[in-house]
Amino acid sequence: MSGYEAVIGLEVHVELATATKMFCSCPNEFGAPPNTNICPVCLGLPGALPVTNAAAVELAIRFGTAVGSTIGRAIFHRKNYFYPDMPKDFQISQYDEPICVAGAVVVPALDEAGPTTVRLVRAHLEEDTGKSVHVGGTGRIHDADHTLVDYNRSGVPLLEIVTEPDIRSAEQARAFVNELRAILALLGVSDVKMEEGSLRVDANISVRPAGSTTFGTKVEVKNMNSVRSVAHALEFERARQIELVTAGGAVEQETRHWDEADARTHGMRSKEEAMDYRYFPEPDLVPIAPDREWVERIRAAAPAQLPAERAAAIAAAAGLPANLAAAVAYTPGLADWVDAEVGAGADVTQAYVWASQEVLAHLNETGKTWVDVAPPPGTFVELGELVGDATLSKKLAREVLADVLVSRRRPRDIVAERGLEQISDDAELAAIVAEVVAANPDTVERYRAGNEKVAGFLVGQVMKSTAGKANPGVVQALVRSALEP
Amino acid sequence: MPATARGIASAVRSGDVSAVDVVAAALRRVEAGDAAIGSFLRTYADTALERAGRVDAAVAEGRDPGPLAGVPVGLKDVLTTEGIETTCGSRILEGWQPPYDATVVQRLRDAGAVDVGKTNCDEFAMGSSNENSAYRPVANPHDRSRVPGGSSGGSAAAVAAGFVPVALGSDTGGSIRQPASLCGTVGMKPTYGRVSRYGLVAFASSLDQIGPFALDVADAALVYDVIAGHDPMDATSIPHPVEPVTGGLDRGLDGLTLGVVEELSSGAGFEAEVLDRFRAALAEAERAGARVVDVSLPSTAYALSAYYLIAPAECSSNLARFDGVRYGLRVGADDVEAMNRATRAAGFGPEVKRRVMLGTYALSAGYYDAYYGQAQRVRTLVIDDFAAAYERADVLVSPTSPTVAFALGERTQDPIAMYLSDVCTIPSNLAGHPAISIWCGDGAAGLPVGLHLMAPALAEPLLFQAAAGFEAVLGTKAAAV
Repeated sequence: MSGYEAVIGLEVHVELATATKMFCSCPNEFGAPPNTNICPVCLGLPGALPVTNAAAVELAIRFGTAVGSTIGRAIFHRKNYFYPDMPKDFQISQYDEPICVAGAVVVPALDEAGPTTVRLVRAHLEEDTGKSVHVGGTGRIHDADHTLVDYNRSGVPLLEIVTEPDIRSAEQARAFVNELRAILALLGVSDVKMEEGSLRVDANISVRPAGSTTFGTKVEVKNMNSVRSVAHALEFERARQIELVTAGGAVEQETRHWDEADARTHGMRSKEEAMDYRYFPEPDLVPIAPDREWVERIRAAAPAQLPAERAAAIAAAAGLPANLAAAVAYTPGLADWVDAEVGAGADVTQAYVWASQEVLAHLNETGKTWVDVAPPPGTFVELGELVGDATLSKKLAREVLADVLVSRRRPRDIVAERGLEQISDDAELAAIVAEVVAANPDTVERYRAGNEKVAGFLVGQVMKSTAGKANPGVVQALVRSALEP
Repeated sequence: MPATARGIASAVRSGDVSAVDVVAAALRRVEAGDAAIGSFLRTYADTALERAGRVDAAVAEGRDPGPLAGVPVGLKDVLTTEGIETTCGSRILEGWQPPYDATVVQRLRDAGAVDVGKTNCDEFAMGSSNENSAYRPVANPHDRSRVPGGSSGGSAAAVAAGFVPVALGSDTGGSIRQPASLCGTVGMKPTYGRVSRYGLVAFASSLDQIGPFALDVADAALVYDVIAGHDPMDATSIPHPVEPVTGGLDRGLDGLTLGVVEELSSGAGFEAEVLDRFRAALAEAERAGARVVDVSLPSTAYALSAYYLIAPAECSSNLARFDGVRYGLRVGADDVEAMNRATRAAGFGPEVKRRVMLGTYALSAGYYDAYYGQAQRVRTLVIDDFAAAYERADVLVSPTSPTVAFALGERTQDPIAMYLSDVCTIPSNLAGHPAISIWCGDGAAGLPVGLHLMAPALAEPLLFQAAAGFEAVLGTKAAAV
């Protein structure tokens, strides 16, 4: 099957993280009881009119400026087709004058081949549809008893990002989606939760002999509900098409659905006549004409670096391994927060080590976001001071940080309350060391017989009897001097 | 009891007359006379009298009841009214009670007006005779064998019959001005965007405007001043502040240059008596100090064709939502698509279906440029023509309709003849300009003839001034009853 390559372009629908919907003031939130976030506008009631949500336009521009799109005059069009969960039986979308034109996303290197640049055709604003729930039978439309429609999602703002066919493998597609998610999350454009449908990916995929410059017949693949299923579906589809073509067959232009359960794509049974959406300019809305000043203000307020650039900068500044630097950079809000701490006096390496270890471990364990748990400014500075004046060992500092992330209290308060100050007092520690030495005559004998490694055991015993609060450097010195004959 | 809106408002405000009495009297007139006319699809006496009572209470408590205090109003049934059935003259919306009020309805009520009922109209405002109402045709109060015009025929007839002093209509290609002409009332279409369309069930969104009917210009002006103004709920609403028109009505015609639009005041379709009354009106205007010049709007030759592509195209999309899923009529079937089809087949009348099909075709892939695209280019040419004409004249004039009211049934089988009723009024909709129709005398059979005045965008003060100036020399036609 070698000798063929896949040619893949993606269409990514992103729900924007606005407070209200695209064309009305209903809350834009996931999970409310059915048909509670609705009004005459998003229900498409006769006589109701849409008014563009400036916050959605701003988020689209934020994305566009970050990926190098051209931002200019944009207009809305109506895309006409009948569907029960689309209350006006047309969708307000953008057609030949989208808000963002062109741009590119650089996907970091997967292997020695280096980074891939995926060019964008456009990113345009549109409204989401409602949601059909098929009731009875297996819950699929074909054998359902009836269908309920929830219009809470109707009118939720979407950004549809369309790439050029620059992707050559399923793995690259997965990497692109991950990169795009990180960018959208970092910019605060979307919460990018695929499991809640706030990021949805459709793909166009064809195959051709490697090195060819023409395109094969493309197939549209839908229903990929996770980044993993994007990779699996496209790998399946690539193999299917290559097998077809090498067997002398031809790929049929069609839309295929990915079925997670049997891990295959399936052609849609419904007749696939070419839809004529009868696009025409939406007469109820006026053009969006973002002036240069507004666009510049949006650009200036957005994070200056994309996550990949940020990761490289962190790795260089903090001497962190690339994977740890990336982990911090791809966590929305975290690197900004850490940099502020460094600016206020925290040690850059120490701060990023804490961020990439304690903080990320905590987020992984709890499923929370950095925005949920971010402690008060100055936390790392204070923690650094406590280590610097030997109040805390590095180990104790990590323990205090774990407490901070849960309690959001100040490190000094935690230290005081929990009595965690490091014991560095020579006399106090010398007494404990003497006790330990007296209680372990065998170990002392082995040390004196030349097995110096056993000193570590005695140090451990001292740490244990002080509940980890003893200053390890001091203990080490005291143990060695006690053992010397 | 005063007959004009301003007379009623003034008497109610001073406490001389109670709003409840005024509204009750209007309801009695409808009750007694409307069976023969059919101007109202429904009235709501309890709600109206309760609202009138609140106006009286405001007067009694010394609060300002508003400039339209106690004025009974008819609302074209394409305007949404919370909790009150709104059908657009269609079976497909029979029984639908909107959960919200149109902005204009709210503005009228805030000004003390009392809407008493919903007026009959052509289905979804599509028609020029009111014969496309799914419920019943409307008779012209001045000759009940004739049409009142359309699509706001119920509003025109309700005013012409003297049931209510003022009513609201909507005008997409002449649907206020043409019935005003045929019924001998004043009917005015504001600049596109001057009056909020929020709560106006859309026919053709880029052309629709709401405007007043009244028996004279001053009453129409009073209502216009109340309903005009920016509305954040309508993105096409003009934010520019409103210049009230009521203050400038007595400035007269002296010194105004009137441009007679050649293409809209001559030709085979114009009845001789219409042109006679039109020329007589111009002669009166000249005596009153106006200068009359000839102007040309050459592109208006294509205006009707452009209109019958743009309006159906937009309507085909606007009316898609009537699919049986959420409200209104549902005709059950085996699957959703069949249900959509059965519902629309049963719920829409023939003219609506005709326009939905025309519009769907005009927007189809491969035809868009030749039809919708070309029509939009004509629209630009019409706007350019108007701009050139306004270099030479302050206000443009023509007859409102080429004919007086025609007989019920006369044109129902001939859509093109029906469409030609709006040949004079359509250019203003394409340009988005304000225009007004006033009475300029009766033809031989006693049927009213309308004079059509057009002005540049946002020049409503000038338009009303000119209309009032004409009215001062031409008089007004009394209500029929």
